[in-house]
Amino acid sequence: MSGFFKSSIGRKVAMALSAFFLIFFLLMHVSINLLSVFSKDAFNTASHFMGTNPLIQFVMQPVLILGVVFHFVMGFVLELKNKKAQGVPYVKNNGAANSTWMSRNMIYSGLAILAFIVLHFIDFWIPEINHKYIAVLPEDPTRYFGELHHKFENPLRVGAYVLAFVFLALHLLHGFQSAFQSMGVNNKYSERIKKCAKGYSILVPALFIFIALFHFFTNH
Amino acid sequence: MATLDSKVPKGPLKDKWTTYKDKINLVNPANKRHIDIIVIGTGLAGGSAAATLAELGYNVKAFAYQDSPRRAHSIAAQGGINAAKNYQGDGDSNYRLFYDTVKGGDYRSREANVYRLAEVSGNIIDQCVAQGVPFARDYGGLLDNRSFGGVLVSRTFYAKGQTGQQLLLGAYSAMNRQIARGKITMHNRHEMLDVVIVDGKARGIIARNLITGEIERHSAHAVVVASGGYGNVYFLSTNAMGSNATAAWKIHKKGAYFANPCYTQIHPTCIPRSGDYQSKLTLMSESLRNDGRIWVPKSMEDVMAIREGSKKPTDLSEEERDYYLERRYPAFGNLVPRDVASRAAKERCDVGYGVNATGEAVYLDFKSAINRYGKEQALLHGDRNPSEAKIIELGEKVIEEKYGNLFQMYEKIVDENPYKTPMMIYPATHYTMGGVWVDYNLMTTVPGLYCIGEANFSDHGANRLGASALMQGLADGYFVLPYTIGDYLADDIRTGEISTDTAEFEQAEKAVKERLDFFINNKGTHSVDYFHKKLGKVMWDKVGMARNEKHLKEAISEIKEIREDFWKNVKVPGTLNEFNQELEKAGRVADFLELGELFALDALNRKESCGGHFREESVEQDGPQKGEALRDDVNYKYVAAWEYKGEPSEAILHKEELEFNDIELKTRSYK
Amino acid sequence: MNLTLKIWRQKGPNDKGQMVDYKVTDISEHMSFLEMMDVLNEQLVNAGEEPVAFDHDCREGICGMCSMYINGEAHGPDRGITTCQLHMRMFKDGDTITIEPFRANAFPVIKDLVVDRMAFERIQQAGGFISVNTSGNTQDANSIPISKHAADQAMDAATCIGCGACVATCKNSSAMLFVSAKVSQYALLPQGQVEATDRVLNMVAQMDLEGFGNCTNTGACEIECPKGISLENIARMNRELMKASVK
Repeated sequence: MSGFFKSSIGRKVAMALSAFFLIFFLLMHVSINLLSVFSKDAFNTASHFMGTNPLIQFVMQPVLILGVVFHFVMGFVLELKNKKAQGVPYVKNNGAANSTWMSRNMIYSGLAILAFIVLHFIDFWIPEINHKYIAVLPEDPTRYFGELHHKFENPLRVGAYVLAFVFLALHLLHGFQSAFQSMGVNNKYSERIKKCAKGYSILVPALFIFIALFHFFTNH
Repeated sequence: MATLDSKVPKGPLKDKWTTYKDKINLVNPANKRHIDIIVIGTGLAGGSAAATLAELGYNVKAFAYQDSPRRAHSIAAQGGINAAKNYQGDGDSNYRLFYDTVKGGDYRSREANVYRLAEVSGNIIDQCVAQGVPFARDYGGLLDNRSFGGVLVSRTFYAKGQTGQQLLLGAYSAMNRQIARGKITMHNRHEMLDVVIVDGKARGIIARNLITGEIERHSAHAVVVASGGYGNVYFLSTNAMGSNATAAWKIHKKGAYFANPCYTQIHPTCIPRSGDYQSKLTLMSESLRNDGRIWVPKSMEDVMAIREGSKKPTDLSEEERDYYLERRYPAFGNLVPRDVASRAAKERCDVGYGVNATGEAVYLDFKSAINRYGKEQALLHGDRNPSEAKIIELGEKVIEEKYGNLFQMYEKIVDENPYKTPMMIYPATHYTMGGVWVDYNLMTTVPGLYCIGEANFSDHGANRLGASALMQGLADGYFVLPYTIGDYLADDIRTGEISTDTAEFEQAEKAVKERLDFFINNKGTHSVDYFHKKLGKVMWDKVGMARNEKHLKEAISEIKEIREDFWKNVKVPGTLNEFNQELEKAGRVADFLELGELFALDALNRKESCGGHFREESVEQDGPQKGEALRDDVNYKYVAAWEYKGEPSEAILHKEELEFNDIELKTRSYK
Repeated sequence: MNLTLKIWRQKGPNDKGQMVDYKVTDISEHMSFLEMMDVLNEQLVNAGEEPVAFDHDCREGICGMCSMYINGEAHGPDRGITTCQLHMRMFKDGDTITIEPFRANAFPVIKDLVVDRMAFERIQQAGGFISVNTSGNTQDANSIPISKHAADQAMDAATCIGCGACVATCKNSSAMLFVSAKVSQYALLPQGQVEATDRVLNMVAQMDLEGFGNCTNTGACEIECPKGISLENIARMNRELMKASVK
């Protein structure tokens, strides 16, 4: 089994597994964020639970970070190996004739998302960690909505968020259905799976964008 | 004239092979390790032989001019492979397959060889299935069969329209297994340029590494030539561009007799020629004749209208069409043997009924089959009153399943949709029944030198039935040669490794190098193709589907002239020590220029019509068979084996009289 | 029609190579692409220049010998065909056509447009077979019924011609489609089950060793494959490898 993850296919399976995990996480994330649009209290309650539950904080959070790091590192490793496999580049290559832009540029959409995650960490995660574990400020179960709402005042930041989610959509549009293929799922349900994956890939980033814009406009 | 010893074992036909195998000399497994065998060509025959010999324990050195054995032209065989399995319960048997093959070959093949072929045919299917060859199956999961020209049973196994490919890949996989074990040393992109004879025995070859241009010596205890046929002597044929006769011709020049070169199969269903630039012709499988009906218009006006484009073939009613095969041969109809179908097409086109601009095309129409299958399918789907459109839709689906890849191929080449408009077809050179003479052991007239597959002359007589080439190639390679070669090699267990450091190798290598040097240094004026096309034109016009004394004599002198011109004026660019495709071609065409002449000489000698060889002077003058080919069993019931004597025209004829004890010689009638 | 050809010329494996422009005139639309190349080569030979080396053999789309990357696509702009089946009616008078060899580190150039595909051979040798002796002493061909569906699917996978268009097309130079076609053919048939585990492990290991890239599932290979080998085969190989790895 250890040899498995050294093989090209094994690595792709690992990419797919981490992708599924991240896709699931995105769904959780967008669901909770969506609460902020409808109910301040519900959002605060959910955020407080996520922020204080030890299982989430000390098991899921490290796993998530590991998942993100793994997905990126493996993505780079594969990209480097693929570049090496190519040899002399074509003078003329008509990639659009046989594949989508998304599928050919996963590394670039991925890099854009990585840049966004850095921003996201600076915006939310570092202040949050600081609040809880470094400065150890007193916990106020109602602070979350205000913090979120406040972040979306700056149009530049909102713009960056929107752009990042466009890249996320592009990444997901290829990545989600591709993960099924990597896992060996290609059967009579594949067309339906592809449709669902496509729906998810558009819907979830769109919701994130909607949330960002909602807070931006309610700020002004 | 000397007679040849065919070494056919005594005894009743049915027991010959079994009894012979029981008594043959064997080589002990421990000794096989010390014996090397060279196999030239890795198509169905060479590939299967190399794999089996390696499996038995011999050290095999295999050579292919392509980059992989998987590229051999066996891969292009479409329709299927015959085997007397009688799975359909339609009365098939070894004897019937034997009978059909001998009759189909117009009684010019060796009885004992053909019977052996029929005997092992069933085993081939078992073997291939075990190897994972995905033959077509019916809904019950059992193997499906179809029917081919010249027979009355369904005994052809197939894998869509790619049977040759699948069988070759099967043999290739068996080879790969042995290559991985180190029992086969594979020399890809190598071309055999001469055989080395030491003390009268074949002991090695001289080969050129086609990538580096290096000339190499390879030794062995026996040499097997499986280099395919010589159809490219016509320049245009359904053979691959690289298919060549060099290996076969080189061994002929070193003492192996060349038999029946004039027996060449012109396949009836090929895509017609479209212009002078044409580099090759494409075959449409004979299996299409299971469902396609061949016709030309009845009236000259319709022919003209179609050629001008003012009428379409689909505009003609049933009454306006001449289904000439069904008319002339009611019993076999569109499924007459290839030679008969080809000549019938030529006959129609010669009198002006050809349906394309060149006047060399007839229609192959699937409309009736689409209708028939459509109705059948509609019934199966419970639709008792299907619409015309529904019938066509369902029918086309059945046709697509059976011949999809062929139809697609046709559409890509001709740019017409054969589901909607009939295909145009015309005969083209396809297979050569003639080849290196071999005895019952498949050994040539040179000890230790074997020849198998299309390269030898043995089993098809004057005409090969459809789906029999794959059968013969695999029979020779898997089941015949591996036994018979042991009989010869049993004497070689103490010989030890053959040295390449001898005068014989030295001399052969020198001759090869001199010839290559000549090509590179000759400051000629014309490309190799220029000569090849000239040769092809003479061959097609004068040694083609119908031959006569005058044309054959002209052909002999014209080919000689072209050859002399070639050796003066050929121009080969590049250098010796590099990948040089023009140099490769030059050597092959030089050999074709000799072979072509022997071909015409053999055709001139055989003043009868038989199978693929049709002499205009020899036709039935009256009776129900009037106008059909007339065989002459009194004077020509022999194999013409030619011995090389410096010039092709000076070749000496040796006759192997054919004996028919188990089959009665009859006039072939498909009426 | 008259055309401008931009062709990759490279004297040998160690030469750097470059694109060179050629003109051809009076090309008929009924010609095949390789016949057009023949016209060019005849022209070059007559002018005392070296003809363009390119691999080709059967010229009917089955041997897998011809390669060429034409106008940025393996086997050119048409679908379901090899270069030898590409016809000039796909081009217009005055077009410029770019012709390059199949590119991949695992496919080094031998000369001009000819590449070395021995890596494919070694992958096949690593496990692309069923270990049954060719003695003929096997059981009767009809003793194991195989469902028509499985047989047809195996056949579809088995139609791979080993041309390498999948590798040439893939932005990662991955050989997954080629390898999976063979793995699938045997995985779908009962005869292939006995060695299924070793086969997929060995073939994938050899594929990786040859330096082919990974699969990004762009699907380009399936589209450019002259025989329409399906991505389903890659999924099946992935399953086979997972299965084999836990055994």
